[in-house]
Amino acid sequence: MSEADKLGPAIAARNLRVQYGEREILHGISFDVPRNETVVILGGSGSGKSTLLRTLVGLERPSSGEIRICGKNIASLSPPEWDELRRKMGMSFQGGALFGSMTVGDNVALTLREHTQLEESTIEIVVRLKLEQVGLAGFGNYMPAQLSGGMKKRAAIARALAMDPEILFFDEPSAGLDPIIAAGIDNLILKLKKAFRMTVVVVTHELASAYLIADRMILLDKGVIVADGTTAELQASSHPRVRQFLDRVPEPELAEELDYLQMLTGDIPPPRK
Amino acid sequence: MALTENIGEATLSGLAYVGNLARLAGQAGYFIFIAPFKGERLRLGRAVHQAMAVGVEALPIISLITFFVGTILALQSAYELRKFGALQFVASAVAISMTRELGPLMTAIVVIGRSGSAFAAEIGTMKVNEEIDALETMALDPVRFLMTPKLLAMLLMMPCLTTWADFMGVLGGSVFGVGGAGFTVGTYVRATLDALVLRDIVTGLVKSVMFGLVITAVGCHEGFSTGLGSEEVGRSTTRAVVQSIFLVVIVDLVFTALFYFTAPR
Repeated sequence: MSEADKLGPAIAARNLRVQYGEREILHGISFDVPRNETVVILGGSGSGKSTLLRTLVGLERPSSGEIRICGKNIASLSPPEWDELRRKMGMSFQGGALFGSMTVGDNVALTLREHTQLEESTIEIVVRLKLEQVGLAGFGNYMPAQLSGGMKKRAAIARALAMDPEILFFDEPSAGLDPIIAAGIDNLILKLKKAFRMTVVVVTHELASAYLIADRMILLDKGVIVADGTTAELQASSHPRVRQFLDRVPEPELAEELDYLQMLTGDIPPPRK
Repeated sequence: MALTENIGEATLSGLAYVGNLARLAGQAGYFIFIAPFKGERLRLGRAVHQAMAVGVEALPIISLITFFVGTILALQSAYELRKFGALQFVASAVAISMTRELGPLMTAIVVIGRSGSAFAAEIGTMKVNEEIDALETMALDPVRFLMTPKLLAMLLMMPCLTTWADFMGVLGGSVFGVGGAGFTVGTYVRATLDALVLRDIVTGLVKSVMFGLVITAVGCHEGFSTGLGSEEVGRSTTRAVVQSIFLVVIVDLVFTALFYFTAPR
């Protein structure tokens, strides 16, 4: 039994439910993210995968159930404890979410300046190091608006890495990027995983990148987990929804007349606020 | 029945809105006045940067507007005063209405247009781009990080701008005073100083601080409550301007009444 196993999973979710107003998005899901492994959460649009990620990093509150991160139940943490835990987590947003009013270097330096007592000269070195790791050496003085989409995403990863997090979250790392740049981001995630033995949670619908980076995969469909296992286990699965997703079979047309009627007259769920 | 329901609902949502503003202002106020004594860093650098944007850069336009408002005020009061052959009161009429009312109010209107809207647009854009979420995941409180420097800058700059606006208004009034009401520059200044008491200026400055608080709270609140999508940013910005003007007038009314009834006779 290795050191990591004794500490328990990095993230454990139990019977997690999340709702926006009246509409429930996640219907009681449970899973573990083992330490130092890369877990890819797969799912189509509207499957609740982004909501799940937002809940894990604390941007949404679960309506019931619990989340343990590094063994701590996040609902019962005091604000300072929660801040402490958050410093061990890094998040890379879908659009990068770099602060447009600051240079790329200042973006990466922000958490170091705010949360540590490091000398400015040390911070500068760390920033250069992080930018170099994501292949953006020398771009520290650029403004985010001057970077291309792929570079923004790399800069966002550098910012997420600044505090040497134990857990790294990615929201759709390859969304909106061309296949070559997207493959570059996948390689970067692989490289980080090998170099730092981080726990990585990736939300995506890109199968190719999921196969490449995942140790384990979780397939989410309409707010429930339909499959949770290693990449090989998922590929061997015979569950119809898993097969449909992995083999890229489109939804069947609405065949039943009643379904069609329901679609035309049924309640349209309110938009997410 | 529907009418009373509507009135009740509107009243409740209005009160809830003011409550939200108060909560937000309370949080930002905590980070300015209490947290620094508990060893938390106050971001003075950013506050100075904001003070430049809301204060110093607003000086030219505020000077111009209040100068003309001073002249208009002199003309309007002279229109009535000359019926009584009392043109010598133009100086005091301008001085008192500028310092007590129009200096703070015109400053607030310009600052709403320049800065209140900018606060809402800046924070709203950050919200749409997930930058506010990013701040939270980085364990940085968005209110402390974004609103506190703005509030500090506004609380300092509004009285400064208002003092300058008072001065420019009197200067604008003196143009008519000297040119059309038989004053010399010396007698106009003398008459202005005789008419003003400290209380006139102080009440104006107290109001200006309150206006600064309202403008910042509304601008930031509208920014933080921006929905998804870039058209929402435009909507927040508009709402920030309209709500700020309305609330500034209400606050003005409350404080003017307060000063009136507490004034020594």
